Amino acid sequence: MLEKTVVELSEALKLRKVSSVELTRAYLEKIGTKSKKLNTYITVCDELALTQAKMADQRLAKGEKNPLLGIPIAHKDIFCTKGIKTTCGSKMLENFVSPYNATVVSKLNKAGMVTLGKTNMDEFAMGSSNETSYFGPVKNPWDTEKVPGGSSGGSAAAVAADLCAIATGTDTGGSIRQPASFCGVTGLKPSYGRISRWGMIAFASSLDQAGPISKSAEDAAIIMNAMAGSDDLDSTSIRAPVDDYTASINDSLHGIKIGVPKQHLTEGLSIEVEESIRQALQVYEKLGATIKEIDLPNNHLSVSAYYVIAPAEASANLSRYDGVRYGFRCSQPTDLEDMYKRTRSEGFGSEVKRRIMIGTYALSAGYYDAYYQKAQKIRRLIKNDFDAAFKTVDVIVGPTSPHTAFGLGTTTDPVKMYLEDIYTIAVNLAGLPGISIPAGLVGKLPIGMQIIGKDFAEAKLLNVAHKYQKETDWHKMKPSLDFGD
Amino acid sequence: MKWESVIGLEVHVSLSTKSKLFSGTASNFGAEPNTQANIFDLAMPGTLPVLNEAALTMAVRFGLAIGAEIGKYSVFDRKNYFYPDLPKGYQVTQLDFPTVGKGSISINLEDGSEKIIGITRAHIEENAGKSLHEDFSDQSGIDLNRAGEPLLEIVSEPEIKNAKEAVAYLKKLHSIVRYLDISDAIMAQGSMRCDVNVSIREQGETKLGTRTEIKNINSFRFVEKAINSEVLRQQEVIEDGGSIVQETRRYDSTKNATSSMRSKEVANDYRYFPEPDLLPVVIDDSFISSIRSELPELPDAKKERFIEDYGLSAYDAGVLTSSREMADYFEMVVQTCGAPKIAANWVTGNLQGTLNKLELDIAASPISAKDLASLISRIKDNTISSKIAKTIFESMIDSDQSVDAIIEQKGLKQVTDDGEIERLVIQVMEENQSQVEQFKTGKEQVLGYLVGQAMKISRGKANPEQVGQLLRQKIEQAI
Repeated sequence: MLEKTVVELSEALKLRKVSSVELTRAYLEKIGTKSKKLNTYITVCDELALTQAKMADQRLAKGEKNPLLGIPIAHKDIFCTKGIKTTCGSKMLENFVSPYNATVVSKLNKAGMVTLGKTNMDEFAMGSSNETSYFGPVKNPWDTEKVPGGSSGGSAAAVAADLCAIATGTDTGGSIRQPASFCGVTGLKPSYGRISRWGMIAFASSLDQAGPISKSAEDAAIIMNAMAGSDDLDSTSIRAPVDDYTASINDSLHGIKIGVPKQHLTEGLSIEVEESIRQALQVYEKLGATIKEIDLPNNHLSVSAYYVIAPAEASANLSRYDGVRYGFRCSQPTDLEDMYKRTRSEGFGSEVKRRIMIGTYALSAGYYDAYYQKAQKIRRLIKNDFDAAFKTVDVIVGPTSPHTAFGLGTTTDPVKMYLEDIYTIAVNLAGLPGISIPAGLVGKLPIGMQIIGKDFAEAKLLNVAHKYQKETDWHKMKPSLDFGD
Repeated sequence: MKWESVIGLEVHVSLSTKSKLFSGTASNFGAEPNTQANIFDLAMPGTLPVLNEAALTMAVRFGLAIGAEIGKYSVFDRKNYFYPDLPKGYQVTQLDFPTVGKGSISINLEDGSEKIIGITRAHIEENAGKSLHEDFSDQSGIDLNRAGEPLLEIVSEPEIKNAKEAVAYLKKLHSIVRYLDISDAIMAQGSMRCDVNVSIREQGETKLGTRTEIKNINSFRFVEKAINSEVLRQQEVIEDGGSIVQETRRYDSTKNATSSMRSKEVANDYRYFPEPDLLPVVIDDSFISSIRSELPELPDAKKERFIEDYGLSAYDAGVLTSSREMADYFEMVVQTCGAPKIAANWVTGNLQGTLNKLELDIAASPISAKDLASLISRIKDNTISSKIAKTIFESMIDSDQSVDAIIEQKGLKQVTDDGEIERLVIQVMEENQSQVEQFKTGKEQVLGYLVGQAMKISRGKANPEQVGQLLRQKIEQAI
């Protein structure tokens, strides 16, 4: 039962084949026995989950038909959850209990979802392997010697290992798509502004975006219907109307134009990944799509621009963790400066500190124009590249990551780690939606395919992803679940 | 050596919006510490700002009032620094694209002339909280009630020549923002604060000297004293062969001297960058024109109108229009009694004096405009003399009785009866024969003395004009 999709579980709940309480208990039990080794959850909320499940069962009994009602979900520990620890993967917030719910959490609570717990993540979402978490790395359920990807590694691994039905994640430079790729699940990063950021702990405000990690594109469409929409509490959320993401999911792909960036199928890409993407393109051709090579000439600048803009914003966003009002405070500070210095030195991990320093440097007097301003110009160029491409194609398809999941502890050079996101980062800089879906296996490790759409074309992305999933079974592949404890 | 000083002011006024700049929390003065701080004001993780449109409207109001260019595209920036009363670790302000651009105001100098002072810009920003160092031993308290309150920082051009001009400029700004109803602008409560940039140079020199900045001065009087003492200090430093260090200084009112706070070398690098949590603010012509259409009459226009319509002197008109409340009070008096010049004298004279003595605002005047108007009406219709009116005015301060009731009760009605006046005049002439003789020889001013005697005998109740006329008539007849 636990391996089922939201669509399937919803049907079972409606037909009373299972109750939300039973389902929730089953997940909680599995989390209790199986999650420890994978380290997917930072906090498990047994009590809250069972209370919510009971309420969901009451609503189901009354005949309510919401497809999310009673479905157990895991939230990335970057979303504030009222009365529950919200750590953001950091010692700084190890014991922080949020006084309020993120908009995403409120919306999903209202839809009747059951919160199983809070998933592990790279500290403040800064990382591509989940190894920067203060609570230790998450392990990839397909191979526990491998990383699950990051920063939403806990959510992706929990979905892959059936430790929840679906999960939330956030994506600043690839943090939903890359772990989805590594864990063989579906991960959607919506357009910037499509989902409220209120209550989502900020890493880089102009890039951060929440999205679902799920077992299918159809599940993602269903939860997007509840997550998307403007929010008066988030000035950067978009007032544009929200599509019904399930309405067009079965539309024919006949005549659709798919662009393949020549920059995404070049050196550095593993042969197996390239082969899988080419096979996927053949599937699309069979579905009536035409494939066209496109040019994203400034793609190679995206990682550099990103690693100026994101740390610059982060350096300010993380200033609030100063030991004054909440969160970690160093012991026995001698004076204010000592408190600041030691609180932040001891409370943040090394990757977070590295990025704060990069960002602080990039914004400093005398460097601002050369770094921050220039990066913003590149960002504009990258957006222009996509705009030009979308004049001739409907969606862009390529690999999510150059390779499959890499070994835990093997990538210690920060710059090499940053290059992990070479295919995903430009999408954030341009504010576009992107989805990663499973498209093959190398040995026992999944390969992810990324589909990029025009601004607010999530419905189209989900349609293109869903049609592929109807033709293939890659998204149904499961890791051999012998990761035990 | 002859020196001249160059002064520029940065004035912060708290905008009197109902809630804070980026959160829905109320922003009243004097609430219990931290009772006006919500999760955003506390910079809880995940919280986001939402611009309070009322603050933007108020800034535009100010811009239009000073004839400034209005920034149709304004951008909020983060100004980064660590301080416990700054919860987010950055202040949101406007750096390159402020809401209000170049404008100007006119000030009145002591010689009666007018001077235009340029305003470089005015931008919207959020206030910090307050650190409380006195209340806790070995610890500091933080009160975030003020954190996130909307401020308008108004930056002048360095066109102010001395302390008196600086104060005139400040008073004019004070008057304008209160006319516009965008700020209480009470310096003692911090809702109007002032940083002063001072430099000196030799007279005739066109290059600016090195400036110092005196922070957070909280009264008009201290602004004047601080500038004077800083100018003197700079002169002494230079005349002793030293040079001025660009630095921030504080003014100590007990010592009447400024002292160094921090120098430029150790100043913060604020690492400004555009606030990514807020979109640029784009406003259109219709937004601006709707605000323009609701602008009240401003001090300068009101002053002109008072001179024109009421025949007041420029000085009186200036005093009466220095605050909207006083101008409104004056106009209400005039509407009822129809005697603008007498009304102006009473409002700027006795009333203002009384208010000063009682330390009251005109809004809290113990004598209402209506009552003052009745008093003036009674002078006009000769029921009482101006002198008696002053006595009545004193009684009115502590009394709820009407003017007429006081006149009646105290028997202060003016004597205008010709027979009575004649008896009075005859008595005065008999008792002051030598003065009468002097008047006969042409000493005109003696008449005033004789009228005074008549007033004394009648205990102020005689109509002095009538007395004077009759005296003149009788003495001249006697020649």
